[in-house]
Amino acid sequence: MNWFFRFMNSSVGKKIIMATTGLLLCSFLIIHLFGNLFLYGGPELFNTYVERLASVKPLIRVIEVLLALIFLFHILNSLWLTLGNRKANPVKYDVNRTRDNSSFFSRYMGITGSIIFIFLAVHLSTFWYKFQIDHEGGQFYRIVTGNTVGFNNPYITGLYILAMILLGFHLRHGFQSAFQTFGIRYNKYGKLIEAIAVLFWFAIPLGFVLIPIYFGLLKGGF
Amino acid sequence: MQVFLKVWRQADAKSEGQFVTYTVENVTEDMSFFEMLDMLNNQLVLKGEEPIAFDHDCREGICGTCGLFINGRAHGPLRGITTCQLHMRSFNDGDSIVVEPWRAEAFPVIKDLIVDRTAFDRIMSAGGYISVNTGGVPDANTIPVPKPKADEAFDAAACIGCGACVATCKNSSAMLFVAAKVSHLALLPQGQVERKQRALNLIAAMDMEGFGACTNTGACEIECPKEISLVHIARLNREFLKASLI
Ligand code: HEM
Ligand code: SF4
Ligand code: FES
Repeated sequence: MNWFFRFMNSSVGKKIIMATTGLLLCSFLIIHLFGNLFLYGGPELFNTYVERLASVKPLIRVIEVLLALIFLFHILNSLWLTLGNRKANPVKYDVNRTRDNSSFFSRYMGITGSIIFIFLAVHLSTFWYKFQIDHEGGQFYRIVTGNTVGFNNPYITGLYILAMILLGFHLRHGFQSAFQTFGIRYNKYGKLIEAIAVLFWFAIPLGFVLIPIYFGLLKGGF
Repeated sequence: MQVFLKVWRQADAKSEGQFVTYTVENVTEDMSFFEMLDMLNNQLVLKGEEPIAFDHDCREGICGTCGLFINGRAHGPLRGITTCQLHMRSFNDGDSIVVEPWRAEAFPVIKDLIVDRTAFDRIMSAGGYISVNTGGVPDANTIPVPKPKADEAFDAAACIGCGACVATCKNSSAMLFVAAKVSHLALLPQGQVERKQRALNLIAAMDMEGFGACTNTGACEIECPKEISLVHIARLNREFLKASLI
């Protein structure tokens, strides 16, 4: 077990945890977006889809626990890393032209991540809570599009749009960074990773952001 | 030409420092940045003031002693050079130039623009070497090294330990420096015996010295005077993973 603690405590080990959890979260994004597409099929299709999911509750619960653990590791580890990095660099330069040598996305991972975290807290305490406990007899579609916690509420719509744009920013740097952390970015897979990265930082966040735009801004009543 | 300098002055490691501004006249564009500072220092000495302390030795970009943070860039605005290779033709008449020491917890300021980089030496002594028996000099080509590997190892070996990578990194990470050392020796047959231990020990030493972790922003690669590539950080990560898990 000695090697394990040494690994977890080392800066590179922490980065490998960051990259592993980050990519696992990316794979969850695909599944989640797939489910969201049922919204476009109208209330009946969406409600039936959610009921179907409810019929495999034990499996869902296991996945939820795993997901929560992955998130927890990603977030706590990022906090640990960020605090360590601050300590390593306490005195800032009077003039620092960071724009000349690094991307905006790479420098603000902590900020984009933190806003995604706020989104996550709101998302879980509204949609997740309502879907599990307070779903008004299976009116899932109405919860999502309604005006309490749904996209008829301009604040909710605004937060979702902002968070999904920032998720795109987070993954603009994060996705390829994870492969660099594993040490496999600069080899024969480099081009492939770059192509898949576009899917994750552009296509998938776009898929997510279209939902509040469509149900909030276009179809919504405000 | 005439330039306006804003220079970090600090009497010693314990004192509080502050910026002091100087106007330097009769600067020519053929002067190196250091020759401009030398000229200013001569004037300061004549006035009975303390000259500005800065590190330098070879003044031809090979020793790694020099290093200033100039107008927000490590080693100044150009790529692929050390501070001693920077010339005043990179500036314009009337420019304001801010000159700061490397900033990192692991590189404390000793005086003015000089920082203590012995943390790098301690990292090196944790494994940045190969152990060989002393004796007669072995024949140069007894151990075959494929040309592409030799070239890549040489690219990494070009690191002069200047610390610009640490200075520019938002986390003050020493990953590029450590990557250069680990990569250099991992690519060569002579480095195989201590390969695993080297990756583990150098990273442990780097962490212990108080350098930060890598966020892969890539700033180090841009500012490195020897243009050490992020490819070497990728290799360092692989070496660490293999040494830890296998
Ligand atoms: C919930 C709040 C989140 C926070 C606070 C957060 C924070 C961070 C931070 C600070 C980093 C950079 C660590 C470093 O290199 O110094 C990072 C990296 C990363 N994050 Fe997040 N993140 C969050 C959510 C997410 C989500 C939802 C995903 C994906 C769906 C994700 C994917 C990634 C990836 C792939 C990396 C790159 C790992 C690497 O550089 O090796 N993160 N995160
Ligand atoms: S990697 Fe480059 S910037 Fe860093 S110490 Fe070596 S030569 Fe200097
Ligand atoms: S003084 Fe030797 S590299 Fe600049």
